Amino acid sequence: MAAGLNFFAGYPITPASDLFEYLAEKLPGHGGVVVQFEDEIGSINAVIGAAWAGAKAMTATSGPGFSLMVEGLGLAIMTETPLVLVDVMRAGPSTGVPTKTTQSDVYQVRFAAHGEYSIPVLAPWSAQEAFDLAVKAFNIAEALRTPVILLTDAALAHTWERVEIKGSGEINVVKRRPPCVPPESFKLYEPCEDLVPRMAYFGEGYGVLVESLAHDEEGFYSPNTEAYERLVRRLVAKIERNSHLIVDNEEYLTRGAEYVIYAYGSTARSAYAVVKELRSEGLRVGLFRPKALWPFDAEGLRKATERARKVFVVENNLGKMVREVERVLKDKEVIPINIIDLEVPSPDRVSEEIRRWL
Amino acid sequence: MSAHPLDKYLVTKRLPHIWCPGCGIGVALAAILRAVDKRVREGILKPENLVMVTGIGCTARAAIYVSFDSAHTIHGRAIPFASGAKLANPKLEVMVLGGDGDIAGIGGNHLLHAARRNMDLTVFMVTNMVYAMTGGQVAPTTPTGMYTTTTPKGNPETPVNVIKLVAYQGANYVARASTTHPALIERYAYRALGMEGFRFIEIISPCPEIFGRHIGFRDPIELYEEIKRKSKYKPKPSLEESDLDWERGWVLGEFIERNEPGYLRRIGRV
Repeated sequence: MAAGLNFFAGYPITPASDLFEYLAEKLPGHGGVVVQFEDEIGSINAVIGAAWAGAKAMTATSGPGFSLMVEGLGLAIMTETPLVLVDVMRAGPSTGVPTKTTQSDVYQVRFAAHGEYSIPVLAPWSAQEAFDLAVKAFNIAEALRTPVILLTDAALAHTWERVEIKGSGEINVVKRRPPCVPPESFKLYEPCEDLVPRMAYFGEGYGVLVESLAHDEEGFYSPNTEAYERLVRRLVAKIERNSHLIVDNEEYLTRGAEYVIYAYGSTARSAYAVVKELRSEGLRVGLFRPKALWPFDAEGLRKATERARKVFVVENNLGKMVREVERVLKDKEVIPINIIDLEVPSPDRVSEEIRRWL
Repeated sequence: MSAHPLDKYLVTKRLPHIWCPGCGIGVALAAILRAVDKRVREGILKPENLVMVTGIGCTARAAIYVSFDSAHTIHGRAIPFASGAKLANPKLEVMVLGGDGDIAGIGGNHLLHAARRNMDLTVFMVTNMVYAMTGGQVAPTTPTGMYTTTTPKGNPETPVNVIKLVAYQGANYVARASTTHPALIERYAYRALGMEGFRFIEIISPCPEIFGRHIGFRDPIELYEEIKRKSKYKPKPSLEESDLDWERGWVLGEFIERNEPGYLRRIGRV
């Protein structure tokens, strides 16, 4: 809401319903709309429609609901629609364990839609960071005209802790960049230098065509290799080349560290405790915590692990982001620490697993 | 060359359209645009507030030919997309145009709930009784016993009566027209565009290439004549007369006209 949210459409699902219920209570009082749709498919499509009508719009769900939203997410990617999709991870596959957590959907949010694309995924580790990154997610969505995923989990969603809610004057809110030319010469999919096209909304006289087919700069269906390749290369490049607007890492004692732990989201809290524990024993251990999982910040990771002999990737799944870390750090010993724990891997357990390799 | 009076609503550089000779979709679109034009000339609608949302299919291609704001979205999802747009900016006049497969098949759940909410949209469903763009598969509106490419021994299913479906959910306006009677399409569209709440107009339309040819109509005119014969106009018909029956034909007319508050009024956004 601090970022200007004024439209939410959703469908009840544990553990994302708390967010929905909170907004149902608060957002209409701030001039916004909150609607429960018939399913997640309806919800995400309503959010896309609302965004084209000028709203700052979002939805929230969990794994099974995300599966249903994937179709709509593809539409948002293709039509370059700014929106925020919150995914509160639970345990799958299928209905799985609705009320408990894992980190098993980090690939689902990045790769589930068909076709070529890249999508920013932010992963907070605390309630405060969930607030901060929600604002950032809306800013990225507007700046890059793209859907953005805010990836949390059941543990984080049910965490009670202090949050400093900043007022609208204290946070930077990125606004849409409207067309700078009259309707006759405006092209809805013609990129500026940063590869991002400007956006006109419904009702402004621009005669916009929101097109799900592969299209040229005007939005005209173009089923030829040249136009298609130009489109998908740009859809990927506008995220990758503007990654400075997205990637952000917290590094704790990584300088000169002999061992670096890579961890994100709720699991990183335990990893942080383990770093402190091992440091107190004189071991040169550091923590690398990406706040954005995608695009993957290869450069940041390489820098943080320059001196490291071993890199531990701690995840509450059977090994996901570790594949990316292995790909980037080919010359290092990368050790997957895969702990399945429906609560959150405890510091004791993380410490025990890491100590085997020290 | 003198311009056609509807040219201002079309992106003429994208013409000719993709619809086959003898297809009714162009007739339906023209009749809808004449109704829009009438409302615009009356000052009831503003051209910049018009939005046409479509899903996927032959009918859905209409979105790419109109010059006002439009969205050619994904299969079955035009109604929730349109609902989101209308809720976010109530000034917009949002129309949904789609085929029977798009609206009543894959999009059936969204249709049902939008009608139940009395969502402020006008939905035009072009019924050609077949999945045409994909080559002639069975549709939710295909008559029982009819050959399609996925029911080679005849359709064993009962077709959905969409008129009853939306009427029973509380839609404000429910009518059926046919491209063999374009004046009715125009009249119903004109009426719907001056109302609030959920408005639904079914438009029966011949698909000579994929539907007609597959069931033995060698000439588009033959199928057109057959559909014209089967379409019987009736003033104020009852819902009991709304079944789509290939043997006995079907009734055209205005089945429901209510003035219940639309969704936006119910949530205080009018």
